[in-house]
Amino acid sequence: MIEKTLKGKPAYWIWLAFLGMFMAVGVACYVRQYLFGLGLTGMSRDVSWGLYISQFTFLVGVAAGGVMLVLPYYIHDYKVFGRITILGEFLAIAAIVMCLLFIMADLGQPLRALNVVLHPTPNSMLFYDMIVLNGYLFLNILCGWVILTAERKQVHPPKWIYFFVYLSIPFAVSIHTVTAMLYCGLPGRHFWLSAIIAPRFLASAFAAGPALIVLISLILKRVANYDAGKEAINKLVTIMIYSALLNLFFIGLEFFVGYYSNIPGHKETLQYLFFGLEHHGHVYNNLVPFMWASIIFMVGSIAMLATPAIRKGNEFLLGLACLILFTGLWIDKGLGFVFGGFVPNPLLEITEYIPTANELGIALGIWATGFFVLTLLYKIAVNVEHEIEH
Amino acid sequence: MDKQRRKFLKIAGASALAGIGAPALVKLTAGSAYASTHGAAPAHGAAPATGHAEAAPTGVRLGMVIDMRVIADHPALLDKAISSCTEAHNIPDFAGDRKNEIKWIWKAPFGSVFTEHSTSHLPKMVQDTDFAVLCNHCDDPPCVRACPTKATFKVKANGIVAMDFHRCIGCRFCMAACPYGARSFNWQDPRPYVKKYNPDFPTRMRGVVEKCNFCGERLALGKEPACVEACKGTGAIVFGDLNDPQSEIRQILDREFTIQRKPSLGTKPSVFYIV
Repeated sequence: MIEKTLKGKPAYWIWLAFLGMFMAVGVACYVRQYLFGLGLTGMSRDVSWGLYISQFTFLVGVAAGGVMLVLPYYIHDYKVFGRITILGEFLAIAAIVMCLLFIMADLGQPLRALNVVLHPTPNSMLFYDMIVLNGYLFLNILCGWVILTAERKQVHPPKWIYFFVYLSIPFAVSIHTVTAMLYCGLPGRHFWLSAIIAPRFLASAFAAGPALIVLISLILKRVANYDAGKEAINKLVTIMIYSALLNLFFIGLEFFVGYYSNIPGHKETLQYLFFGLEHHGHVYNNLVPFMWASIIFMVGSIAMLATPAIRKGNEFLLGLACLILFTGLWIDKGLGFVFGGFVPNPLLEITEYIPTANELGIALGIWATGFFVLTLLYKIAVNVEHEIEH
Repeated sequence: MDKQRRKFLKIAGASALAGIGAPALVKLTAGSAYASTHGAAPAHGAAPATGHAEAAPTGVRLGMVIDMRVIADHPALLDKAISSCTEAHNIPDFAGDRKNEIKWIWKAPFGSVFTEHSTSHLPKMVQDTDFAVLCNHCDDPPCVRACPTKATFKVKANGIVAMDFHRCIGCRFCMAACPYGARSFNWQDPRPYVKKYNPDFPTRMRGVVEKCNFCGERLALGKEPACVEACKGTGAIVFGDLNDPQSEIRQILDREFTIQRKPSLGTKPSVFYIV
């Protein structure tokens, strides 16, 4: 089936070349970082994780979001998702590829990455994250490929594959739970030390993943003549609305606990993220506009998605709402959650983090790589569907 | 006094040797660390490793008492301790650049060091004095729990939380996990910034984490930690085995009221402060 990626309209090649350009910039930036060290990033002794780990965290959610298609389709035999489920599985593959690249970009000694395998350390959450991420990547490649191959041959998929399909469901939940545990098990980081982090991550993931899938489905309908079906999209939008509302609800609970208990440790980071934190006469607030934009994006897009005229009648506005929701969730988890956790530092000092151009170049390059992989995978999936129809 | 000091050095030296040399040696029981008579010579001193024997609860646990009353009277002592640590460990000097700075032992105000304590109506001495901050060598270290490669580990023979700079992959999970801000990362090659090179301790490469090691390498040679030596004779910093009721440090702890940083987190720090 791989040969299908080698034939396409000019627009396909232009899109790949466009992504390839960013990938090349990313490689060039990474070579610079590799030769100099992570000092080329905006990270510091106080904010020791930055854009790379925050993107990783967000993208684990995008990958896990695919389960919102797999679960109804395979467990509840929800036939409407027949054409769209493969999109979720392939999105998970591309998202995990990005996750792994972001982890590699973040390592100070990338050539020693295999030490995690050579010296397995079961008390480290990173050890389990490595297992579940690679496991989920493998499961999605296996299931996606076997089922698509069967579809192409117009036969039923082999029975054994369903074992792996069902296995991929707890794996999807586990990748984001374990990723949340990287943060919520650390003593002394009050913003992260909250049992609601894992459920909040899952809620935001089950909104962000489907939002991207709906957006891509609407694009595929126009550029690739691939219609996932109105009913499928409509159902996904419902899932997105509830998940995004749950995420907002969880954020609200964090605010309640922090501000009603009035315990400084529980509210300082929220104060920093949303209002600015005063320290020695200076107010630190460089994330405040982002966080409010995130809240406005999430609330606004939920309102748009819940409007029947937009949801069922206007594909452009529906796509826009998905994009806004995705962006809002991205700011919430892909920026604020990780950066905010380091403010204030364990000695109650404040250092703000601003990514450098080189760091942004690498991050863009990895996102482009993810979309490059996604394009190739979707090209295969769409062509197989077209082949069956003819 | 002199006899006591000799005994301390033997214990510290032997236990450090057991721990710092190689992971295989770490398995030495505390008992063999005690039994050794020649701290500086492993071949004669430390008994061979006896398999996977569980370290006795009475094993050596090295700790430190910092008497802030002495440091308040002689603030230059802390500067001396910091600079001797810097020289002993080839710590680079980035001239106050907060982003890159590498800190093993440094100065911070009371409110930053003891974030769980009230800062209202502090006596003038506490307000005006810079406190010494360093790795707490916790009995239950969160950094060791977080490390995915065992590059940071607790030395069983003496309780030191040590680092293997050659195994560290630079994921910085330990920096997020440490509730005391004790860990630094080499964001770039530190070697050009080392002012005075000490050939007895390795310099680091970029991309690895480092922190105070309670001078494991000096203990192995029968010496005291650099900061302790710098304050010799003043009682500002006392170092020794917290589990030995006869040790100088225990006698001070039994006599004086001391505090630890963030005790509510359950990490059981081995660094105590007299304020």
